[in-house]
Amino acid sequence: MAEPLAAAGNAGAAPAPELLTTADGRPLRAALAKAQTRARRRAFLLVVPLLAFVLLTFLVPIGYMLQRSFQHDGFSSAAPALDAWFAANPKFDPANPPEEAFAALVDDLKRMQADRTTGIAGTRINYTVPGTVSLFKSGARDAETLTPPFKDGLIATNPRWAEPKVWLAMASASHNTTPEFYYVASDYKLTDNGWERGAPNERIYLYLFAKTFLVSGIITCICLILAFPVAHLLATLPMSRASLLMILVLLPFWTSLLVRTSAWIALLQEQGVVNNMLVKIGLVADGNRLAMMYNMTGTIVAMTHVLLPFMILPLYSVMRTIPVSYTRAARSLGATSWTTFRRVYLPQTLPGIAAGSLLVFILAVGYYITPALVGGADGQLISNLISFHMAKSNWSLAAALAGMLLVAILVLYWIYDKLIGIDRLKLG
Amino acid sequence: MKKVLTITTALTLLASAAHADLTVMSWGGAYGEAQTNAFVKPFMEKTGVKTVMVDSDNPATPIKAMVESGNVTVDVASVEYADAIRLCDEGILEPIDPASLPAGSDGTAAKDDFLPGAVTECGVSTDIWANIFAYDTTKFTGDNVPKTVADFFDLQKFPGKRGLKKGAKAVLELALMADGVAAKDVYTTLSTPEGVDRAFKKLDTIKKDVVWWEAGAQAPQLLADGEVSMTTAYNGRIFAAAINEGKPFAIVWDGQIYENEMFVIPKGAPNMKDAKDFVAFATSTEGLRSSAEQISYGPARKSALKEPLIFKDGKTEMGPHLPTSPDNMKNALETSSTFWVDHDAELNERFQAWLSQ
Repeated sequence: MAEPLAAAGNAGAAPAPELLTTADGRPLRAALAKAQTRARRRAFLLVVPLLAFVLLTFLVPIGYMLQRSFQHDGFSSAAPALDAWFAANPKFDPANPPEEAFAALVDDLKRMQADRTTGIAGTRINYTVPGTVSLFKSGARDAETLTPPFKDGLIATNPRWAEPKVWLAMASASHNTTPEFYYVASDYKLTDNGWERGAPNERIYLYLFAKTFLVSGIITCICLILAFPVAHLLATLPMSRASLLMILVLLPFWTSLLVRTSAWIALLQEQGVVNNMLVKIGLVADGNRLAMMYNMTGTIVAMTHVLLPFMILPLYSVMRTIPVSYTRAARSLGATSWTTFRRVYLPQTLPGIAAGSLLVFILAVGYYITPALVGGADGQLISNLISFHMAKSNWSLAAALAGMLLVAILVLYWIYDKLIGIDRLKLG
Repeated sequence: MKKVLTITTALTLLASAAHADLTVMSWGGAYGEAQTNAFVKPFMEKTGVKTVMVDSDNPATPIKAMVESGNVTVDVASVEYADAIRLCDEGILEPIDPASLPAGSDGTAAKDDFLPGAVTECGVSTDIWANIFAYDTTKFTGDNVPKTVADFFDLQKFPGKRGLKKGAKAVLELALMADGVAAKDVYTTLSTPEGVDRAFKKLDTIKKDVVWWEAGAQAPQLLADGEVSMTTAYNGRIFAAAINEGKPFAIVWDGQIYENEMFVIPKGAPNMKDAKDFVAFATSTEGLRSSAEQISYGPARKSALKEPLIFKDGKTEMGPHLPTSPDNMKNALETSSTFWVDHDAELNERFQAWLSQ
């Protein structure tokens, strides 16, 4: 193989670039490519465990969750006769469904009773029309004894079977794929006229989304204001003193979240340490103690404390790498200390600020335990409702809410990337 | 997809349940401890079947995930009454034949011995617990102590903050009973929009003085810290704080809202036969008595109440502390599982919206 190539090179008839070969005569390009492939494969093998781990424990569950948020076959699989009827009559009048529809329904109710699927089907309809689990259960029990005409018979057992919204819900649930959970998660309710915005005293989700983002923003700002001087001090102190201060930052970071939250309760509650002290020194009357816990104040204070290290650490790591000579140069060239800070120091800490803010904000948006324990009436965040629906086994609605949260975060991340650039992020 | 659930669930439970012959899942804390002492240890001694107790925040959630993923590692689980009904309807649970349950110690057949509703298609009651309210006896003394459910809402006569569970269940019922609705009419009232408005209106009267709690252990804590002068709570928690720790707490039983706690067997439990034996053993007269001597939740068998129950401290008689005691049952409401299966999500959304107003 090497001979003809070498010969061609030696002939020099055409001024083609000389083909480099390795010692054993293979073309260098091919040898390099081969060696690189091998190295790449080895590198890939090294990351395979992590990749598999991330895929298995992170990406697949998220995909599965998103799928749950628009797919539910609880009703469609339990009610084949009605599915077929809805498919054949897509434009039926929900206010007055014909006898055949009721016949199909009774047929399905009998099947549900035999297959023990009444609960699953009823629960699916109950997601959009509250109060229908018991309707399906009693309906399935009564179906055995019904004789034609089914329409009058079934409505006689329970007038709710004539409600247009029940029929609208069943028609919609006969498809496996549905956007309904997202409607519910946007405060829409199924009425006899279709989907309508819920009454003001029933709207909760969008309000909570807005509140969650607002609170997270406030916490991020407070964290930044508190962390900046601390990180600066850490970065400029001599090593021995800095490491002592660092321990003070890290100790709470290593302490259990629950312990820290409970400690804040002990400090801030009405009979707590802070209030007792204020009463003792006469700043506050005993009957008029400050309410600092079980409200938004408590949530913000406790969450800021819990999340503070996530702001200090990236800031510190960036500040350590900023040479002191820059600020000295700025000062010697006549800049005031404010100008030096604003035009020389601050811009160089931006990657740290960005990383810390992003970390704190995203962690705060998903926070759950602290608001649950110290939140009180108005300290609830969206994650608390997601957890409620998980526990009450409306996993699809929980998934829809979590999906909306995920999209909102991704949008914010995209804006962040446009504004600051993700390549400038520095975590340490 | 199912595989993923299978793998994660399996990994979680592998460590704890690897060598057990029978795995029981309960709520942990004082309650889990009581069930371990009353059921798990005696069952192991009697049968030699190695039995372990594992904890969960709410066993209903993991067993549903397990059955859906087709990899069940729990044999018996302790769940709330409404969950026992709901999961049974969804086909998650194994039906339990009432005839397989042992007769009472006095020979009464199981189906007559159990209190009404204590045995359902897929579950058997292990105890009856109650949502009650309790007050600090150092704050209210003499004749001026709260006696009725209406007193909980009377801020003039009984000043101080109130602790309430942050959720619609048992709170709306309490509000209606305090507003004068008879226990038997509570759920019919709550089924109408006007009834729901009425409950929230009653709650409005104390809203600004309420400290909301979420975990069962928070209620006695709030009372002990002096944060509230009265709070709703699970009766066993107040009993434990008052009797075990000597806290100055007293329970008001008027307007108590009680329900059964159920043992259920998930479909596809790996040790089905032992699981059924365990449920029968635990819910026998002796089993229920021994549980009620550990914690103040009442047994659901008539035969278990015939002789006095003595707390594990050897002197406290349990009778007056149980939700099932006739004195405590004068104005009592049984939680309607049917109502809450239907309306839980709806009323909780309304409740959360009301909270944030």
